[in-house]
Amino acid sequence: MLKDEDRIFQNLYNDSGADYESAKLRNDWKGTKEILEKGREWIINEVKSSELRGRGGAGFPTGLKWSFAPKEVGSRPHYLVINADESEPGTCKDRDILRFEPHKLIEGCLIASYAVNAHKCYIYIRGEYFNEGQKLQVAIDEAYKNNLIGKNSLNSGWDLDIYIHYGAGAYICGEETALLESLEGKKGQPRLKPPFPALIGLYGCPTIINNVETVAAVPTILRRGAKWFSSLGRPKNTGTKIYCISGNVNNPCNVEEEMGIPLKDLIETHAGGVVGGWENLKAVIPGGSSMPMLPKEICDNMKMDFDACVENKTGLGTAGIVVINNDQDIIKCMARIARFYKHESCGQCTPCREGSGWMWRMLERMAAGDATPDEVDMLFDVTKQIEGHTICAFGEGSSWPVQGLIRHFKEEILERNKFDPVVKKQKNIPYLVDQHLLEKENA
Amino acid sequence: MSIKKIHKDQPDTFEFNEKSLKEAKKIISNYPDGKQQSAVMALLYIAQRQNDNWIPLQAMKYIAKFLDMPYIKVYEVATFYSMYNLSPVGKYFFQVCTTTPCMLRGAYDLVKICKKKISEKENTLSEDGKISWMEVECLGACVNAPMMQVNEDYYEDLNDKKLEEIIDKIYQNKIPKSGSYTGRINAEPVNNRKTLLGNKNA
Repeated sequence: MLKDEDRIFQNLYNDSGADYESAKLRNDWKGTKEILEKGREWIINEVKSSELRGRGGAGFPTGLKWSFAPKEVGSRPHYLVINADESEPGTCKDRDILRFEPHKLIEGCLIASYAVNAHKCYIYIRGEYFNEGQKLQVAIDEAYKNNLIGKNSLNSGWDLDIYIHYGAGAYICGEETALLESLEGKKGQPRLKPPFPALIGLYGCPTIINNVETVAAVPTILRRGAKWFSSLGRPKNTGTKIYCISGNVNNPCNVEEEMGIPLKDLIETHAGGVVGGWENLKAVIPGGSSMPMLPKEICDNMKMDFDACVENKTGLGTAGIVVINNDQDIIKCMARIARFYKHESCGQCTPCREGSGWMWRMLERMAAGDATPDEVDMLFDVTKQIEGHTICAFGEGSSWPVQGLIRHFKEEILERNKFDPVVKKQKNIPYLVDQHLLEKENA
Repeated sequence: MSIKKIHKDQPDTFEFNEKSLKEAKKIISNYPDGKQQSAVMALLYIAQRQNDNWIPLQAMKYIAKFLDMPYIKVYEVATFYSMYNLSPVGKYFFQVCTTTPCMLRGAYDLVKICKKKISEKENTLSEDGKISWMEVECLGACVNAPMMQVNEDYYEDLNDKKLEEIIDKIYQNKIPKSGSYTGRINAEPVNNRKTLLGNKNA
C-alpha cells in the first residue's frame, strides 16, 4: 500500500477543510513563485520527465501536450481549459477534488497557464455539480484576495484570470472539442481533428485542455520533483491515481493509490471486498463504462495501469472501477450502459446516432431472451461498424463495452437466446429483419 | 422525453428581473469582447431559475436579443442539453440516477418508490403539484450509489425506506438534509478506512 505521505490529495475525505488556510497547512501554494521563476522550459521538462499521463481517460502525456502550445504568443491569445465535465459512469474523482482540494487545482492552473502562455483559464464544470462549483468559486475568490491569481499573481509578473463555466448535462461535452463548442455557446458536437486545439481551439486560438486530476497533481510533482513521482509505479505508468470503486463491493469508495496496484488488492483492501466474497465476482469494468469489461479469471491477476489494461484488451480510462457480482444479470447491466450511450450520443455522425440505439435495443432483447442466436454476431458486427467511423471517440466508447460483453460472455448470451424464428425454418426471407417480433408461441 | 417537449401554455412575455440581470451581466463579462454568445448556457440557466424551473420560448427570444445572436441558435442549445426543462416541473424536481453503477446498488427500487409516492409516470406532477421525478443518466457520484438529485442538491447512499422518508418530509413542507444517508463522510469507505488516518485523527 502507498505510504500516506506519498499521497497527493491529502484532503480527499475532507478531514481538514478546503479553505486557503487549511490548504496552506497541506503545503499548497508553498514555493509556487520559485517554481514559476524556474521558467517555462524547466516546468515542461520536469512534467515530461515525471511521465505524468492525462487522468481524463486517454492517458496522453501531459508534458508533451503542453509543449504543443506555440512558444511565442502571436496575434491570438492562448487559453487554458480545465475539463471538469466528469460524467463517465463509475467515475467521481474530480468531484472530490473540486470540493475538497480546490487550491491544488487553482495552483495547478497557475503553473499550467504560465507554462502554456495563457492569461485566461476556463474551468468547465458539469451543470449537475452546482454545489461543487460554488465551493470552487469560494476558493477562487480567496485566491484573488490573497493575490495568488489575478493581476501580477504572486508578484511573479504573470496575470491570470480563472472563470467557471457550467455545462448543462451533456456527457459528450467531456470530449475536448465538444467542450470547446459548448464553451463558445453552441451545441456540444465534436469538431474534426486536425486542426488540434493546441493550435486552433477556443475562439480559434491555441488552447490546452487538461483534466482536473492532471492539473491538480502538477504542483505537488514540481514541489517534490519528477524523480519522486516517476519512482512510483513503473515506467510510462508513473505516479498515483484516484480510483473510484463502485458497484457490488462492501465499501464503495474513492482512494488514491499507486499506479499498477493489483485490482484484487484495491477491491479487497480498500473497498472491503466483493459482496459475497471474491468467488462471487462476475466481472469488472476497470475504467469507466466506456472500457470493455473483464471476467473474473483476468481480474485475479490484473494490475491497474495504462499498459497492463491495454494488454488485457481494455483500458484504464478514468479508473472508475465498477464491480459486478454473480447476483447481477450481466446482459441487463450492459443493456443499461448501451441505453446511456444512446441517450448521450450527440447525433452528429450517423453510425453512432443510429448504432447506439441499435445496440441498446438488441441488448434489451438479448437480456429478455428474445433474440436469435445469430443476432449475437450481428451485434458484434454493428459495434465494428461504429468503431472508428465517427468524428470523436464516443463511437469507440459506446461499442467497446458491448464488444467486451460478447468477447467474454458470448456463451451466456447464447444460452439465453435459443429462439429460432419459425419463418427462418420454413422460408428464408433475408430482408425480414424483424423476425424476432413474431410470437414465440408460433415457433 | 417529455420535458424536452415545448409546453403548450406559453407566457406572452419574459424579462430578466433585477437579480437575474445583474448575474447575467457579470457572466457576460467573463468572456472576451464579441464572444458574448458563450454566456448563452448560463443565461438559459438563470432564466430557468427565475421562471420556476422551466424555460418558456419567450425567454429564448429574450436571451437571443440580449446576446445579439439568432433565436434558432438559442433554441438549439436549449433543446440539446438535458438540464434545460422546456415544460414545467415540480418545485422539488427529483432526478434519480439509474445508470449501471447505481442500478447495481438498487436504483430501480428508488424508481418504484417514486412511482408509488409521487406519480405513476415520469415528469408528471404529484397530486399536490409539489414534486415531479424523472430517471436520469449518471450524475457522477457513483461511489455513493444509489443517489438522486433534488433541484441542486445530491442525496446519496439511499434505499427505498430512506427515499420514502425524504418524500414524506417534503409533503410536510420540511426540507430534508442533503448528502449521505448512511452517515458516512463523503466518499470514504465506511468503517474500513485504511488511508490518511493521520489526518483523520489530527
